[in-house]
Amino acid sequence: MKSKRILDALLAPMVAIIFSVVLASVILMLFGANPIETFSKMINYAATPRSISLILNSATTYYFSAVAVAIGFKMNLFNIGVNGQYRLATAVGALVAGALTFPGYISIPIVIFVSMLVGSLWAGIAAWLKVYRGVSEVISTIMLNFIAIGLIAYLLAPSMLGVQTAENVVGTPVIPESGRFPGFSIPGSQVPVYGMLFLAALLGFAYWFILNRTRFGFDLRSVGQSPSAAVASGVNVKRMTMYSMLLSGAVAGLVGLPLLLGAQYSFTVNFPGSYGFTGIAIALLGRNHPVGIAFGALLWAFLDVSSQILDLVGVPREIIVIMQGVIVLSVVIAYEITRRVKVRRQQDAVGKATAVAQ
Amino acid sequence: MTGMISIARGNYSRRVKLFVILVSALALLSFVRIWSDVFDLTSRGTISAAIGLAVPIGLAGLGGLWSERSGVVNIGLDGMMILGTFGAGWLGWQHGPWMGLLGACLFGAAGALVFGLATITFGVDQIIAGTAMNILGVGFAQFFANLAFSKVPGGGETQSPSIPALPAFSVEQISDPLVAIHDKNIFIVSDLAGILSGFFYRLSILTILAATLFILTSYVLWRTSFGLRLRSVGENPKAADSLGVNVYRYKYIAVTMSGVLAGLGGAFLAIAASGVYREGQVAGRGFIGLATMIFGNWRPGGTAIGAGIFGYIDALQLRDSDGTSLRAMVLLGALILIGLAILAIKKNKYQTVFGLGLAGAVLVSWFLMTTALPKEVALVAPYLATLLVLAFASQRLRPPAADGVPYRKGEDR
Repeated sequence: MKSKRILDALLAPMVAIIFSVVLASVILMLFGANPIETFSKMINYAATPRSISLILNSATTYYFSAVAVAIGFKMNLFNIGVNGQYRLATAVGALVAGALTFPGYISIPIVIFVSMLVGSLWAGIAAWLKVYRGVSEVISTIMLNFIAIGLIAYLLAPSMLGVQTAENVVGTPVIPESGRFPGFSIPGSQVPVYGMLFLAALLGFAYWFILNRTRFGFDLRSVGQSPSAAVASGVNVKRMTMYSMLLSGAVAGLVGLPLLLGAQYSFTVNFPGSYGFTGIAIALLGRNHPVGIAFGALLWAFLDVSSQILDLVGVPREIIVIMQGVIVLSVVIAYEITRRVKVRRQQDAVGKATAVAQ
Repeated sequence: MTGMISIARGNYSRRVKLFVILVSALALLSFVRIWSDVFDLTSRGTISAAIGLAVPIGLAGLGGLWSERSGVVNIGLDGMMILGTFGAGWLGWQHGPWMGLLGACLFGAAGALVFGLATITFGVDQIIAGTAMNILGVGFAQFFANLAFSKVPGGGETQSPSIPALPAFSVEQISDPLVAIHDKNIFIVSDLAGILSGFFYRLSILTILAATLFILTSYVLWRTSFGLRLRSVGENPKAADSLGVNVYRYKYIAVTMSGVLAGLGGAFLAIAASGVYREGQVAGRGFIGLATMIFGNWRPGGTAIGAGIFGYIDALQLRDSDGTSLRAMVLLGALILIGLAILAIKKNKYQTVFGLGLAGAVLVSWFLMTTALPKEVALVAPYLATLLVLAFASQRLRPPAADGVPYRKGEDR
């Protein structure tokens, strides 16, 4: 029974991935490239130790982002604002990290805490607006994303707290050696893997545990599945909305930290800004399940990293973005179809059962 | 009969009210210009730039309006706009700007059809489909731009060769005398002249097209039976269905229109504003368009006013080298709040009076304490304004009742 359930869950993502591969192959053939050759080049490139390090690094970032989104999704909340939350959190975290000169085991936890707090507060604005003013969190978080960009630009202006970095862009002061999160390297690769990978794994476990083994998680899921039933059993929906949004924002606050504390050591205005949307896609692909999200994050990171080879074969590497978009769109369509099939099957079963009873 | 008369009277008093609001807005603006001594506030250059910046977000907003009036929330506008800029660049540099316009409409519509397939036919969550649309829009535009422009002279991986310009009109006989009046620095009169002069100066034909589309939308959606059916689909699809309206078809028409309009907004950016397709030139304007539409209460007139205000703030910010214009805007905002507070006294809403008065006083003291404002204030102003309207005036907002709810024929959801 359990294996059938897992198979059911895997069907939709598999269909989506295959569909996107087929579509990408058609596009490749239209432009005179051999799809099999192209894909095998991508896989070969991704199998090198350096690529594996890069994939693990990207996947770590994506995992945080997707879990942040998934916490909202579990309650039917759309946190479109992960982008704004992590950017602001990382910027403030970078300012704090740049100013602290304590040893790492003191300063890094402080930076992580500050970033989570900032992300949480920024999401809290949307939560407050939803609970007390009835504003849809979709719209408010989109607006807050742009407001965060403005706020960061203001904070990082050289007249405020920012400095001119080496590449002549505005950013935060460079984080001292002691404040950097140590990484590890896999044999044959010069690129260190983020130490925060382990934190991501820990977060995944915590997410699973809270959701499935605590009262809080039970309340959260019940509100997501049936708000009226949740109210009837005494769950305070407003409070749960507030909590889950704050929690989602806190996890979003972690998204930028692997890159900040593990590779760049400074937050500049050029810091990547759309991991939040990636997180939405991966949370959908992984059906908000901690293990599913991990596979989704790895797939996304694989596509990102392996696309680097495409320019050398003469195919624009943006085809990967098309593939990613197609995967998201077709996976949600596939989920919707399987949901409908399931509902019809249940109705049939009920129909048959009642027919026999008569 | 009496019903007819009262409706007519209602229209009349609404017009008077609108007139009073417009005149007092003008008076306020004039007052602020004179007090803060920022002459550029109502100059021809500012107004002309504001119009140019307002058109693309207005078109995106109008696109959002079509879609949401049929009950489909479209946060994929930004992706459709990006597809539009590519369509305009691709056909535009080869076959001229008019073909570019067509290309933008077609690419926008193609994006909208994919979005419609997911949301209308398959009934997928509209926010998720919109997010996917934004990813896809970026992916397709970048991929095809790389293929189409990287090997042609004057183009690059992220930029098209230049697109021939569309005609733009200036009526110097009207515009220049108005500028002369503006320069005389008379209370209200100069400001009205300055604003009007902007409308007769370097007006792109696309701007005229956009204005026409706003009027047409307002007519088609509110004055024809087609429009009534389309809006009924957004208010109560089940009822519409029971009266024989083909809900899916109307939703498809509306969503396709929304893609066409968003594509046109992209075309304005590529053809009229910069003369090339350039990666990233949309810069989130689809989202500002969405904000504009909410700000404008899901109505064409409101959306146009919202786009005008956001375009105006953007124009001031771009022309403002020392931050004084934005400082003047703070004063304007303060005066508006204080004015609203005075109106609220008459209605005995003392809590509102207190809130508005306090906010106004804070803004006035901000104005008095600074000499210049950071540019970032203008960057966040449209989003902040929309958020504040949503938070504190949402009782006055009325989105379509079934906005965002997927409709399945014969299913209770």
